[in-house]
Amino acid sequence: MTRMKAAMRPADEDELAEVIRVATTHFSVQGGGTRGLEGVAAGAVLETGGIAGITLYEPGALTLVARAGTPLAEIETALAAEGQRLPFEVPDFRAMLGRQGESTIGGVMAANASGPRRVQAGAARDSLIGVRFVDGRGDVIRNGGRVMKNVTGYDLVKLMAGSRGSLGILTEVSMKVLPAPEAQATLSLAGLDDARAVAAMSAALGSPFEVSGAAHWPGRGTFLRIEGFTASVAYRAERLAALLAGFGRAERIEGAGPWPEIRDAAPFAGRAGDVWRLSVKPSDAPGLIARAGAEAHLMDWGGGLVWILTAPGADLRTRLGGFSGHATRVRATDPADGIPALHPEPPAVAALTAGLKNRFDPRGLFNPAHAGAF
Amino acid sequence: MDMPQPNAAILSRKARIIERLREVLPADAVVDDPNETRAYECDALTAYRCPPLAAVLPRSTAEVSAVLKICHDEGVPVVPRGSGTSLAGGALPTADSVILGVARMNAVLETDYDNRFIRVQSGRTNLSVTGAVETDGFFYAPDPSSQLACAIAGNIAMNSGGAHCLKYGVTTNNLLGVTMVQMDGTVVEIGGPWMDPAGLDLLGVICGSEGQLGVVTEATLRILPKPEGARPVLMGFDSNEVAGACVSDIIKAGVLPVAIEFMDRPCIEATEAFAKAGYPMCEALLIVEVEGSPAEIDEQLGLIKQIAGRHNPVELREAADEDQAKRIWLGRKSAFGAMGQINDYMCLDGTIPVSSLPHVLRRIGEMSKEFGLDVANVFHAGDGNMHPLILFDANKPGDLEKCEAFGAEILKLCVEVGGCLTGEHGVGIEKRDLMTVQYAPADLEAQLRVKDVFDPKWLLNPAKVFPLHVTQSRRAA
Ligand SMILES: Cc1cc2nc3c(=O)[nH]c(=O)nc-3n(C[C@H](O)[C@H](O)[C@@H](O)COP(=O)(O)OP(=O)(O)OC[C@H]3O[C@@H](n4cnc5c(N)ncnc54)[C@H](O)[C@@H]3O)c2cc1C
Ligand SMILES: Cc1cc2nc3c(=O)[nH]c(=O)nc-3n(C[C@H](O)[C@H](O)[C@H](O)COP(=O)(O)OP(=O)(O)OC[C@H]3O[C@@H](n4cnc5c(N)ncnc54)[C@H](O)[C@@H]3O)c2cc1C
Repeated sequence: MTRMKAAMRPADEDELAEVIRVATTHFSVQGGGTRGLEGVAAGAVLETGGIAGITLYEPGALTLVARAGTPLAEIETALAAEGQRLPFEVPDFRAMLGRQGESTIGGVMAANASGPRRVQAGAARDSLIGVRFVDGRGDVIRNGGRVMKNVTGYDLVKLMAGSRGSLGILTEVSMKVLPAPEAQATLSLAGLDDARAVAAMSAALGSPFEVSGAAHWPGRGTFLRIEGFTASVAYRAERLAALLAGFGRAERIEGAGPWPEIRDAAPFAGRAGDVWRLSVKPSDAPGLIARAGAEAHLMDWGGGLVWILTAPGADLRTRLGGFSGHATRVRATDPADGIPALHPEPPAVAALTAGLKNRFDPRGLFNPAHAGAF
Repeated sequence: MDMPQPNAAILSRKARIIERLREVLPADAVVDDPNETRAYECDALTAYRCPPLAAVLPRSTAEVSAVLKICHDEGVPVVPRGSGTSLAGGALPTADSVILGVARMNAVLETDYDNRFIRVQSGRTNLSVTGAVETDGFFYAPDPSSQLACAIAGNIAMNSGGAHCLKYGVTTNNLLGVTMVQMDGTVVEIGGPWMDPAGLDLLGVICGSEGQLGVVTEATLRILPKPEGARPVLMGFDSNEVAGACVSDIIKAGVLPVAIEFMDRPCIEATEAFAKAGYPMCEALLIVEVEGSPAEIDEQLGLIKQIAGRHNPVELREAADEDQAKRIWLGRKSAFGAMGQINDYMCLDGTIPVSSLPHVLRRIGEMSKEFGLDVANVFHAGDGNMHPLILFDANKPGDLEKCEAFGAEILKLCVEVGGCLTGEHGVGIEKRDLMTVQYAPADLEAQLRVKDVFDPKWLLNPAKVFPLHVTQSRRAA
């Protein structure tokens, strides 16, 4: 990838804070750079890769602390060695977005990037229990810590998760991790339309069988995942298949199944067009998909997350009219076509967002709060 | 513990303020008779009391907005209140403040099983949320011990936890959206029955903000299907260290119990005398509960018992039926009540890394001798959230102060080992002055800035959470 300007790469938190304190121009914060910089105002690239390394890992306490620039892969390797993992199934959108680079844990948290297991184990923000970050004044701020239960003061940890580098630059994150399961199985139902698929997924997610993934990939099937101890997985898969008998015969798939592809929105990789994500009430999804004029679509999170491929430059929000939930354009064929990536906020919410942005980054050095690219 | 001096100008305008409130609320929703405002003089931290200027009991978001507009206009501080079960003094009024109680707003607005959520008015009690969905096989997961009384409003404000949060998370992990009224009367909708925030995670910072950012009037909550079954096992050990090591080994083995509760000897003795649950007399006791089908439970408990076996338990008792399960939980559930029988007690709530459990318990034992006050420990061991109960005599001059000093030392110890001051009860007034132990000035300043955005005039529950000297200039402005 060619860069317009040389990137800055502070070696530690102190150096970063110093850079921010004396800064006069806008920065574009970049972890692994697994996305482009389109839509972000020009400025110096600030890389977090120098601020790296796992600082604490206690498997018996299910806690891992790492500096923000630590490659995701390094964390996953360390966890795997102890039979543990990040609960929220981090997606890898490189192929879909047409990018390279190595994800960092800070970039993952700054995007609240969460995969199919979100329906059961929560999002990245639910696993994030502590942060250190440098705000727009160059102050180092700490919130939360390394313990799972903590209500001491305001939860700035959640505020930083998903803040997309707009309020401050994360330097360290603490996370709750979970044991990796002994076994997993996927049930696949064939031939369901969107409405029937959502009904099947709702029935599964409303059952006591602890479904850890519920997705509908048109043309491929409707998939339900179960994880845990071997005997328990066998039992629950059988009970779930029986529960879903009205939707057809469920076929059992062993191993990873289609989940990595669903997680990464792989069906849209290499296909022309704009890619959108809708966050909605699952039962609304089929109707919205019908209105969207989608060239292709994929439902995850039991229908709560809908991926939609449209012709370039089509404003999905206008097409859908008012709806409950929101739409993000994650891949734009022409980022300069005037369609905002993030869903416009109602005025009262926008005022709060702007207020926070202004307090944390008064000089406007970082990414815009509610604009810019995915 | 100090509270700010009441603002004399507000006190002198009382009649006019009450009159304005009566213009927007039905007569029975404004309480200003000193005999009646007394009902709002404290929460469950009963050592501190002060009747408010008035209490208002609105029935709708529109009424809440109307009240807040008036108070904003008049510069009157507002203290939101759910059921008043806060153990941190979160709902303690000042003489110049209006208590805004949401208890009358307790309706279920929408139940949606297909999309697995319920929308309620925030005054609804925690248990009655589950009550509204349980016949259909669902429940609301966060289950504070106070769940019969406490309101969703208070749960959101304190980000409350419960015995089962090891598996299901705390309030923030189960909250999808809120309707909230800002101090100036603006009504905002944050989140809703979908999973991702559209922009900044405002819901995440509202949850746990102790009534300082806005008044929550409605909430969308995630509901979950009830598990097929649950079963506890009780294990006794002859030292806290061994019990602590066992907890860590269970977690490492990949089992995820719904609850791991820990009681030490003083707590076992007190609860036995009170509840007669038939607990073994030992140094430390664990109650571990797992969920699933009977066979799944057998598999998990088999593994847990095997791990416990390596730590030479003095007792290992698995519930054979519902009745035995109840007995295993009986002592744990009556622990607070048992302490109340013996003495006045203060319940602490610090969290520590699970690995420092033995060290912290040893230090608490030593400090107990130094202060001359007994302590019983009962806590959620899986997540390190401790509840040391310090016994004292409220009628004995100086005992409360001694107890508070001891409590402060325990909380400092929690921070020192890498933990925090409060895991689920909140800061309120109780831990307000210890915030500087956990946070540096810049850390606190960042939090104050959040309040500046939501409540620029610092009128919502202003004397809580942060040391008064830290917020002085903002409150006075
Ligand atoms: C604006 C944006 C929104 C995204 N939203 C989602 C989403 O909603 N769901 C999802 O699953 N995936 C999302 N992604 C994808 C997600 O970022 C990748 O999956 C993640 O792995 C990227 O890691 P990275 O290190 O390559 O981050 P990058 O691609 O370098 O950065 C990702 C975002 O985080 C910011 N960032 C990176 N490091 C830091 C840091 N240390 N402190 C503060 N901010 C930092 C960047 O400025 C950028 O906004 C989003 C990506 C971007 C750029
Ligand atoms: C015996 C006992 C056991 C307990 N067990 C637990 C436990 O296991 N886990 C746990 O986490 N807690 C526990 N608690 C503490 C307490 O029950 C919780 O903090 C609870 O959430 C408080 O709810 P409430 O409705 O009583 O709130 P209140 O006490 O009325 O208020 C608490 C805080 O919420 C704010 N607030 C109230 N309503 C609103 C609103 N509408 N909008 C904004 N802010 C508002 C108040 O200003 C105050 O700061 C226990 C308390 C007792 C007495």
